[in-house]
Amino acid sequence: MQADFFAKKRRNSIGFFAILAAITVGAIIITEYDIVKGFESLPRAVTWALGNFYPTQESLVKLPDILSSLIETLLVSIAATSIGAVFALFFALMGSNTTRVNAFFGSISRAIATLFRNIDVAAWALILLFSFGQSSLTGYFALFFGSFGFLTRAFVETIDEVSGGSVEALRATGANYASIIFQSVIPSSVPQMLSWVLFMIETNIRSATLIGLLTGSGIGFTFNLYYKSLNYDIASLVVVTIIISILLIESISNYVRRVIL
Amino acid sequence: MEANEQVVSGEPMLESPSKPIKIKILTKSTIAIRITLLALAFLTVYAFFSFDYKEIDFGEAILATFANIKAMFFEAHFNHFTFTHAFYQVLITLGLAFLTTIFGAIIAVFLGLLAAENLTSKRVSAVIKGIVAFIRAVPTVLWVLIFAVAAGLGSVAAVIGMTFHSVSYLVKAYSESFEELDNGVIEALQASGASFWQIIFQAVIPSSLTYMISWTFLRFEINFAVAVAMGAAAGAGGIGFDMFMASNFYLDIREIGTITYFILAIAILLEVFATKFKKKLRVNG
Repeated sequence: MQADFFAKKRRNSIGFFAILAAITVGAIIITEYDIVKGFESLPRAVTWALGNFYPTQESLVKLPDILSSLIETLLVSIAATSIGAVFALFFALMGSNTTRVNAFFGSISRAIATLFRNIDVAAWALILLFSFGQSSLTGYFALFFGSFGFLTRAFVETIDEVSGGSVEALRATGANYASIIFQSVIPSSVPQMLSWVLFMIETNIRSATLIGLLTGSGIGFTFNLYYKSLNYDIASLVVVTIIISILLIESISNYVRRVIL
Repeated sequence: MEANEQVVSGEPMLESPSKPIKIKILTKSTIAIRITLLALAFLTVYAFFSFDYKEIDFGEAILATFANIKAMFFEAHFNHFTFTHAFYQVLITLGLAFLTTIFGAIIAVFLGLLAAENLTSKRVSAVIKGIVAFIRAVPTVLWVLIFAVAAGLGSVAAVIGMTFHSVSYLVKAYSESFEELDNGVIEALQASGASFWQIIFQAVIPSSLTYMISWTFLRFEINFAVAVAMGAAAGAGGIGFDMFMASNFYLDIREIGTITYFILAIAILLEVFATKFKKKLRVNG
């Protein structure tokens, strides 16, 4: 009996790894990925980076330009996240099983959020590029749509998790819808929601770099400009400023999270 | 969003009943929440004043966007490629995402073991976690572009650059789930003379396998989106590259609609599959 159990377990895990290996081989063939080249290029990239990819004295001249586009990118990400959060709060209240008005609106708001969440921000950026051109607004709206979709899902989960019992209790006392929402649901889920918003800001700053590359604005564009013109020292300075700002924002939000949760 | 914490303190019971019961108390966390909300509101307002609008007529652009989205979704067509070509490109993107996830997972298991405080020393754990935080701070697209200088634009640079980010993400997730393991289990195995690897494979990994699989699958979903973006931004191939061409060279919004449908279908399929898979794991585990 026990021997059977272990034999079956082994058979199962061997089968699982065999399937994984088969898919890996298939993926390597279809993407034309060269394993040898992959391993070869790793040390080559490291030696190249150590030799060329560091900021020099001359590149510091460009620092004010870089900082101004970095601040633009940071502001775009923060504004997109907070406006996205306001919309997401409304849609989450409509979509959550505990607070929705009726099942019809509930499934509609969930469907809208699913649609926005599953179209990647890069795709949104390319779509919005048609009407907004190379302005900050392209990146802003792309990040806004992405954050809205993601935060709606996160907020719905938060509301369901935090306020099941208290909503029922308040409803039993005869409280109306508005007071249930403002006195119970929102106060009890604000810390968790804020934590999600901070997470989204961190993610958005990274995505903003990518969007900048695609749409020609912000810090991504600055990086691309120097990268394409082979000014690797200035490009590396851009990377360093991005790293510092992301680590800074991560530590601020970790601190806030520790205090509020 | 008002953030009034309702904390009913035990004190008022002892006070004279004529005083109103104080139900709003400023705790440290309430203050932190208010400051954070105010800061976000202020930065958002400031951001709208500082944006580089480049003389865009806002209303007109919004209307144009609606018209574009309508054209995109309702008049989607194939122009520069066929259905089979698009399907093949989606497979390439999925392949890139899969390779990145599997390479990332293998490396992350070992680094995650080193980064778990209860399995190694505090110092080793701090060093690994620091390196991982640094890697995570650099956006994926920059990793890909940096590797592209050495390896050339293409799938090799994309897979290696994306793997970097997957490793750092998964190391964090794995090491946190390893750290949740009860110390007593490790001590009991050590006392019975089990070697380090026996402890890892008989206690640590089996107990966190469910978590590891669901995190890895979540990363696969993220990697699919990242692979689309890398195709567009770093020439990694796949459906993302077609999307970039349709947007920047052919200026064909209807073709972008077709590609968006493909991406949407795969993303929703993955999400449904992940939910089903997680439910099954929970039942078995």
